[in-house]
Parts: sequence; structure tokens; C-alpha cells
Amino acid sequence: MSTNEKPSKKPGEVETTGHVWDSNLQEYNNPLPRWWLWGFYATVVFAIVYWILFPAWPIGGTFTKGLNTITFMDDGEEVTTHWNTRSLLARDMQTGRHAVRQREMLDRVGDMEYEEILADVDAMSFVNAYAKGSFGTWCAACHQTGGAGVIGQYPNLRNDQWKWGGTVAQIEETLVLGRNGYMPGYRESLNSEQLDQVASYVLAMNDYDLDADAVAAGEEIFNGYLGGCYQCHGVDAQGLASLGAPNLSNNIWGLVDVPGAADDEERVSRVASFVHDGVQRVMPGFADRLSETEIKVLTAYVHSLGGGQ
Amino acid sequence: MKHESVETNAGLLIILTLAVISVGGLVEIVPLFYINDTIEEVEGVRPYTPLEQRGRDLYVREGCYTCHSQMVRPFRDEMLRYGHYSLAAESQFDHPFQWGSKRTGPDLARVGGKYSNEWQVQHLINPKSLVPESIMPGYPWLATTPLDYDDIEQRMIALRRVGVPYSINQEEFDANVERFGEETAVMLDINRAEANLIAQAQEGNFDGDRSFISEMDAMVAYLQVLGTMVDFNQYSEGYFAEFR
Repeated sequence: MSTNEKPSKKPGEVETTGHVWDSNLQEYNNPLPRWWLWGFYATVVFAIVYWILFPAWPIGGTFTKGLNTITFMDDGEEVTTHWNTRSLLARDMQTGRHAVRQREMLDRVGDMEYEEILADVDAMSFVNAYAKGSFGTWCAACHQTGGAGVIGQYPNLRNDQWKWGGTVAQIEETLVLGRNGYMPGYRESLNSEQLDQVASYVLAMNDYDLDADAVAAGEEIFNGYLGGCYQCHGVDAQGLASLGAPNLSNNIWGLVDVPGAADDEERVSRVASFVHDGVQRVMPGFADRLSETEIKVLTAYVHSLGGGQ
Repeated sequence: MKHESVETNAGLLIILTLAVISVGGLVEIVPLFYINDTIEEVEGVRPYTPLEQRGRDLYVREGCYTCHSQMVRPFRDEMLRYGHYSLAAESQFDHPFQWGSKRTGPDLARVGGKYSNEWQVQHLINPKSLVPESIMPGYPWLATTPLDYDDIEQRMIALRRVGVPYSINQEEFDANVERFGEETAVMLDINRAEANLIAQAQEGNFDGDRSFISEMDAMVAYLQVLGTMVDFNQYSEGYFAEFR
């Protein structure tokens, strides 16, 4: 227990609180350092100034708004409100230094034709900087941060394969409307030998050395009534952008992982199983989510990634 | 009261300590419950459907909130990346809310509709297959575990008790028709919860398998509705500032 006996104090000794615990445990009563005390008073003064300038005290269903104000444009009218983060943001979006600079560049690029943008160093450097963020948030989820896609699933935008066309007009259309890619499966119409033959023919067009008889038979199926592959991919397999049918003769593989296969047998089986299953891939349209200028910037960016057409 | 009596009486010390530290909470939090403008007047915000609500429970069960916040803050960089800043009104039916300031992953307040269902499913099963640099773990069991919805009615009754307007009788149903419209009111009817949940899962086909209602169905249904209820084109830039 503590006792309240004041212990005897020698001159120059620090005063104690006067409590004595367990007969000899005492507590010094040192004053707080001055710098700390003045710091404390300063925070009190700061708080009072803050209450005057900023929203602070609740009063019934409302609160003190403070003297600080923010002015911004709302639907073409100038509005002044008490200080709050939402008005602060509205003002920042309208007249903030970086926002203004960005809008200037967006307006400039928005007014330019694609040929001008692609040839203009300043415009392209803005496109690259702006689209990096836009691409990152809207496109990279599928096409990956650098645009290299995922083989078997999402198209690579960095190579020279443009399924839906690689001109700026076609890329813009892809971004605005989205694309619906579809190839039917041939499980009903081709047996496994015929599937292997078509696969052999497709691989032979890409300089793989395969059984000549199978290739010849595959060519007949590809360009004939049985397979009819030529109807979308073309007689020379150059592809047809209006249908999203890729060129099959440039040795660029998006949906079938041919480069990853160990030998010819596996290559043929991968292509054959793809033809057997068919495929459906959807790219969403962005007309509702991005402004015309943003789509223009992204189009120029994507066009520059793979060299465009 | 003498200093000594506080120091020597543990019970009194605890009571007085609680009284002092609760001042901060009382001053900062309590006024928000009666200040008129805390929750914005905005159209379109509704409670979650039974399926979405189950998805939300799974979101909490799996601890998604430890890495993902659901609160777009009113800063320009956040607006550019995520979209419009979050409103208090948008989480008025959330118990508990999923705000937060720790983002190991991106904010999810506006993730609804941003990616396709197929993308969400594959990403939840194996995030690295779509985002190689991601450090998010996979949640493959969501796709293979059947969704447990036997207790969906109890879950909704519990939420109703804390103020979510799920209806349990005709009177409450009529009030919901008035407030949210007929179609939504039906989804908020506790008596039809199980049928609604099954119908939404089969119609929405969120996990790509109509024959089997998996946890993935609920999770994706929830993710796809996040941040999509308010049509921000209806409101001018300054409108929401009026509520602050």
C-alpha cells in the first residue's frame, strides 16, 4: 500500500509526488521539458485555427462549415462551397496544373488525324505516356502489361498478326465495337485422320516438313467442300480481317501453342485438336467506357506496339 | 476524487480510462449518424440479391479485404484509374463495409462489369495465368465447391435486423416496390430467397456451368455488381459536394 508521508527532502533534490509504495518506492515529480510543453500549446492553437477555417464541430443535423471556400465550375456555372475534399477534387480536375496540361494534350491529339499523330514526336510521346495507364487499367487484364497477350487465349498485340486488321481504322473499330471471334469445331464433319491431314497442311504452309501425302490430302480438305477452311482463311490462307480469320501461313501462332510443342507429332496433334474443338473469343467494346479521344490515344498506342499496317 | 483512490482501485481506473478514450469515438463517429447529409440522395443503390449476398459472405470468408479495399478516394489519380469516387450511399447496405486504406491489390469498388465473367473465373482459379506479375493466391476451390444456400433466409433475416430492407411480409414488400421498383423488390423478398438465388445463378451462368451452383457463381455475381448501381452520368460534378 502507498502511504502519504512526505519524505524528508534535501536541498537540490528533485521533488517526489509524495506517494510511497511498499515503504520505500517513490516517484519523482519532474516538470515536463519546456519544448514539449510549448509544442503542446502550439497544437492547441493550431486546433482552434483549424476549427475556424475547416469543417469541424457537429451541431444538430449540420456542422460548422469553416471560413475556407473552394470555387469550381458545375454545369457551366461557377459554384463556391465550403472546403471539402469533393469540391477540392472538382477544382483539381478542372484547373489543377497537371489536369490542365493533360487536357491540352488530349485536346490536341483529339483534333489530329491518325497520320499526323503517328508522325508527330510530341503527340506520340504523350500517347505512349497516357496510354500506358489506360492500357494498364483496361487492356492489360487480357493482353498483358506489355501487350504480349497469352498464347491460347488472348491475342498478342506486339507481333505482325492482325486478325481483325492492323490499320488504325480497323483497330479503332475493334476498340469501339468489340469483336466476336468464332471458328466452328469440326468434330462432326472430319474424322481424326482428316483432322491430322488438315493440321499437316496448315503446318506445311509454315515450313514444317511433314508427310507429303497427308499434306496433299489436307490441302484438298482445306480448299474443298469437306473442310471449307478457305471460306474464311482464304485459298492461300492469308486470312480475312472482316471475319477475324487469321493468316495461317506466317508462322505466328496465337491460339495454338505450336512453338511450345516438342516434335512434329505433337504439333500436328495440337493443331488437329484445335480444329476439332473450334473456338470462340470475345473482345468487349469500349464505346461506353472511354471517350473518343481516349480511344484515339489507345488506337495509336496499339498500332505502334506491333508496327501496325 | 483523490488521485490516490484512482491509482489504488483497478476497477475505477478501468472505468475512467474507458470514459476518456471513448470521447474520441463519440465526437468523431456519433455525429455522422444524425448529420442529415452523411448519405447522399442518389438513385439506384439497392441491397444485394441473395446470390450476391452469398458472394459477399465468401469475399469476407476468404479474406479478400485484407488486400483489396472498396473505396475510391476523391483524388484525381484514383478517378483516372478506377472511376468516380465512392459514395457513402453506395455502401449503406454493407454490413460490415469493405472500405479500407490498405491496398496490396487494386481497389475493387468499381470492378463490376470491368472484366468478363470468364476472366473473373479464370483469374480467381489462377491469377498468375492472366497476370504473371500478380502475387494474389488462387482460389480454385470456389469453382468446385457447391454453394451452401440452405441458410440464405437466416442470413437475410440477420441483415434485416441491422437495417437492410429485405422484406419479410406483404407490408414491407409493398414498401420495397415503392422504393426500388417491382423487379428489385422481388429479389429482396426473404420468402423467395432460395428460388431467386437459384434462378439468378442459372440465368447469369457466372461460372460457365449451368448445371451446378458453385461458390464461384456467387463470388463472380458479387464482383460484377460492385460499383455499378449508380449511374454517375445523371449527376453533375458538383452535386455530391453538396453533401459535404
